Amino acid sequence: MNALRDIFSQGAQMLLVLLLAPLLTGFVRKVKARLLRRRGPPLLQPYRDLVRLMRKDVVLADNASWLFRVIPYLMFAGTWVAASLVPTFGNGLLFSWTADLIAIIALLGSARFFQALAGMDVGTAFGGIGSSREVMIATLAEPAILMTVFAVAMIAGSTQLPNVAEFMGSSAVGLRVSLGMAFVALTIVALAENARIPVDNPATHLELTMVHEAMVLEYSGRHLALIDLSSQLKLLLYVSLIACVFVPWGTATADAGVAALAVGALLYLGKLAVLGFLLALFETSIAKMRVFRIPEFLGAALMLALLATLLRFVSGSL
Amino acid sequence: MISVALWLVACLLALAPVGIVLSARPRGSFVLYGACLVLTATLCMTALLHLLDPAHPVLRATLPVGLPWLGAHFRLDALSAFFLVVVNLGGAAASLFALGYGSHEESPGRVLPFYPAYLAGMNVVVLANDAFSFLVAWEFMSLTSWALVVSHHREAENIRAGYVYLLMASFGTLALLLAFGALASGPGYDFDAIRAAHPSAALSSLVVVLVLLGTGSKAGLVPLHAWLPLAHPAAPSHVSGLMSGVMTKVAVYGFVRIVFDLLPEPQWWWSMVVLLVGGPTATLGVLYALMQRDIKRVLAFSTIENIGIVFTGLGLALAFKAQGLDWVAALAFTAALLHVFNHALFKSLLFFGAGAVLEATGVRDMEKLGGLIHRMPKTAFAMLVGCVAISALPPFNGFVSEWLMFQAILLSPQLPSWGLKLIVPAVGGLLALAAAFAAACFVKLYGISFLGRPRSDVAASAHETDRFSLAAMFALAALCLLAGILPGLFIDALAPVSKAMVGNVMPHQTGLEWLTIVPIAESRSSYNGLLVFLFAALCGTTAATAIHRLASDRLRRAPAWDCGYPDANPAIQYSASSFSQPIRRVFGSVIFAAREIGEMPPPSSPRPARLTVEMRDLIWDGLYAPIANAIGFATERINILQFLTIRRYLTLVFVALIVLLLVVAL
Repeated sequence: MNALRDIFSQGAQMLLVLLLAPLLTGFVRKVKARLLRRRGPPLLQPYRDLVRLMRKDVVLADNASWLFRVIPYLMFAGTWVAASLVPTFGNGLLFSWTADLIAIIALLGSARFFQALAGMDVGTAFGGIGSSREVMIATLAEPAILMTVFAVAMIAGSTQLPNVAEFMGSSAVGLRVSLGMAFVALTIVALAENARIPVDNPATHLELTMVHEAMVLEYSGRHLALIDLSSQLKLLLYVSLIACVFVPWGTATADAGVAALAVGALLYLGKLAVLGFLLALFETSIAKMRVFRIPEFLGAALMLALLATLLRFVSGSL
Repeated sequence: MISVALWLVACLLALAPVGIVLSARPRGSFVLYGACLVLTATLCMTALLHLLDPAHPVLRATLPVGLPWLGAHFRLDALSAFFLVVVNLGGAAASLFALGYGSHEESPGRVLPFYPAYLAGMNVVVLANDAFSFLVAWEFMSLTSWALVVSHHREAENIRAGYVYLLMASFGTLALLLAFGALASGPGYDFDAIRAAHPSAALSSLVVVLVLLGTGSKAGLVPLHAWLPLAHPAAPSHVSGLMSGVMTKVAVYGFVRIVFDLLPEPQWWWSMVVLLVGGPTATLGVLYALMQRDIKRVLAFSTIENIGIVFTGLGLALAFKAQGLDWVAALAFTAALLHVFNHALFKSLLFFGAGAVLEATGVRDMEKLGGLIHRMPKTAFAMLVGCVAISALPPFNGFVSEWLMFQAILLSPQLPSWGLKLIVPAVGGLLALAAAFAAACFVKLYGISFLGRPRSDVAASAHETDRFSLAAMFALAALCLLAGILPGLFIDALAPVSKAMVGNVMPHQTGLEWLTIVPIAESRSSYNGLLVFLFAALCGTTAATAIHRLASDRLRRAPAWDCGYPDANPAIQYSASSFSQPIRRVFGSVIFAAREIGEMPPPSSPRPARLTVEMRDLIWDGLYAPIANAIGFATERINILQFLTIRRYLTLVFVALIVLLLVVAL
């Protein structure tokens, strides 16, 4: 019975993240448009875009290699596996022990590695500029998130996400300075990793400042659809991660019944809506940075995360 | 079993003179490398059998060579068995690669005799059980590798590399000689006697510093690394693979053997020194690598990074061992040794790939490569595996050892000393930075040389390499994946080494369901490379099948889009230097004193604008150049002594004698 519930829970989670990811992106776009007093595209527009792209022919550049065609699937697989291992509505994930938080981050790192390679495959100037800037951002964002993970894991005594979530939900955690720093660092990294303003603009095309769009410029059809879906999954993953670590209340425990799972699912949707709204609000109220301001922004995240870890080393209660 | 190993090593040594004869024959290099392959593969199997022997016997042998009253002592225990596996696995792979690659050698007479001797030297270092044999073998290994470094002696760069290497190798041996002198002053040269003796705390601390200098200069620890990026790329590529993948590991062996085995219980501050050297080595090494455009130099600098990671792991193990937390020490130590093994695999693979590229195009400069994935698809695939593995990304092996290292760092708040409490998180941050830089570095290496469009005619007309070279690369790539998805097997094989060196082992791994690895407890952390790999493969293939069936599988080719500005000139692509420009600008302005000088012509002038990049190696300028200048200054002053008359020489001798007698008398 328990095994059945775990399998159900894990399967539901995999499908849920896949189905919800475009909705979250659509929601953020809608809120941003409303904040700018525009009507904005319908909530379901990302789904329509995906379906439309999937049905189209792939137009492949003449000198694209086999790697270029495989990379969308690799990226999608890596991101999907990572996203299905972050607890959303319930902690009882069947396979949560296969990869802890460090491994989840590294899986996303694999996806990024391949994406940066894809940008260089066709041999265009735009692809190179995107890849080059992406790895520059990654060299600061990855250590920052790893140090954040260190700080959180040392407080919770585990790098397994369900255990972290359970600990954060309990009363043992209390108010800690290091957690506050870790939260700010994680938020900054999440903005950078998902190519949001102020680091990158998800709405631009054909601009010298773009990073993510420049790397995927040569993609079309189903390949582009998969890459878009991967980035939507990544956004959902980061929002779920922040929700699961810093707002863990209401998440169904590992041995919860159906009612608790339903409550957990409803609360999860609520958390997504609130965090998505905050993201849209933040993005509309700030300007995009110059490329060489980004390292300072991310450097602040790295310093905060390192400080959070140091505080934890210095004292158990901070 | 030790006699089998010694016989095999003796055969390798005997192959060296045979190499002189064979180098004149048309198929000589094939025969020699074939013999090396058989011998090293057998040695590797022998050592592996010994490592996996559940009884973990310690075997000894004495040969009547070396010092007459001492003889040469040899010993095969778990530690030497593990390093024998690493040395001979690398040796076998390099020999297999050279079966094909070696036939392109222009002057085989300069490579063939030294190659088996070099392999034998590394084996003897690992087997030696007295200080004299150890040092002789160490020096033999250095000299034979030096001969291989200068084998292409007509290039001025290689001669300089060989000169710097020779100097640094002598410095390293001198430090080791002093270390053994300090250790052996009471008990004598035999390692067993040294192990039983109890040197004072001050003496053992001195030995640790000397050993760190001696082995660190061979392994490439910053700031003793200056020779490594010069010498490793200068050798023929299979030897570069051996030097980077294997010889640096022999240096790690020397450090572990002396500090963990021969010396008594460690002091906690030893680990501070090791961590303070290891962490910056990891980050600086890979930052240097990012700034290079020579493909083999990138790999050599990345070796420095990985050695930094290994020494960080060893430093953590020392710290935990000194504070009595030997179960965490076992975790850190196993992580370090696993990284030794992993790095031997992927660095050999990458150097072989670089060799194949060099052979196919004749250039090492990435700015002249590009698009090789079309011309050398198999090499490109193997290189891709190597690049992902060395960037510490799942599901390959590099990730596993770094993951274990991070788990050990997460346990370090338990350390009581304040110095370590502050240093360990900083070192953790440096390791995280190094991992991110490594990914950037290998995106650059692979993206610039293998992807994109060819930047020169030689790259456009490259051809796939031969089947032996491919076999060696694919075997190593398969091992990289295997060690990544089934790390439990490898961790369990390391248990006897960890038991002997730090007195504890990691929990037994292979019995767990689905071959998960659990370094401490299941509630703390676990990782299952196999399932991650299977899941990702399943998700990828499901998505591919579903989309091809349900949506569309049509595809057509068209010119590149490039936002409407496609340009047929391949020079429009990003180059190796421009790829790392953002990172150079962010990190390089401090570390390399990098400056960009843009020179714009006046408005009416038709002159092109120029951009000059200035970078300086601050370590070379700050440490090596002053020493070289001081030596130059002193020798110039002393030089006048060469041009004196006989009368003055006699006076000088007389004065010297008087001073000497006075010193003795007082």
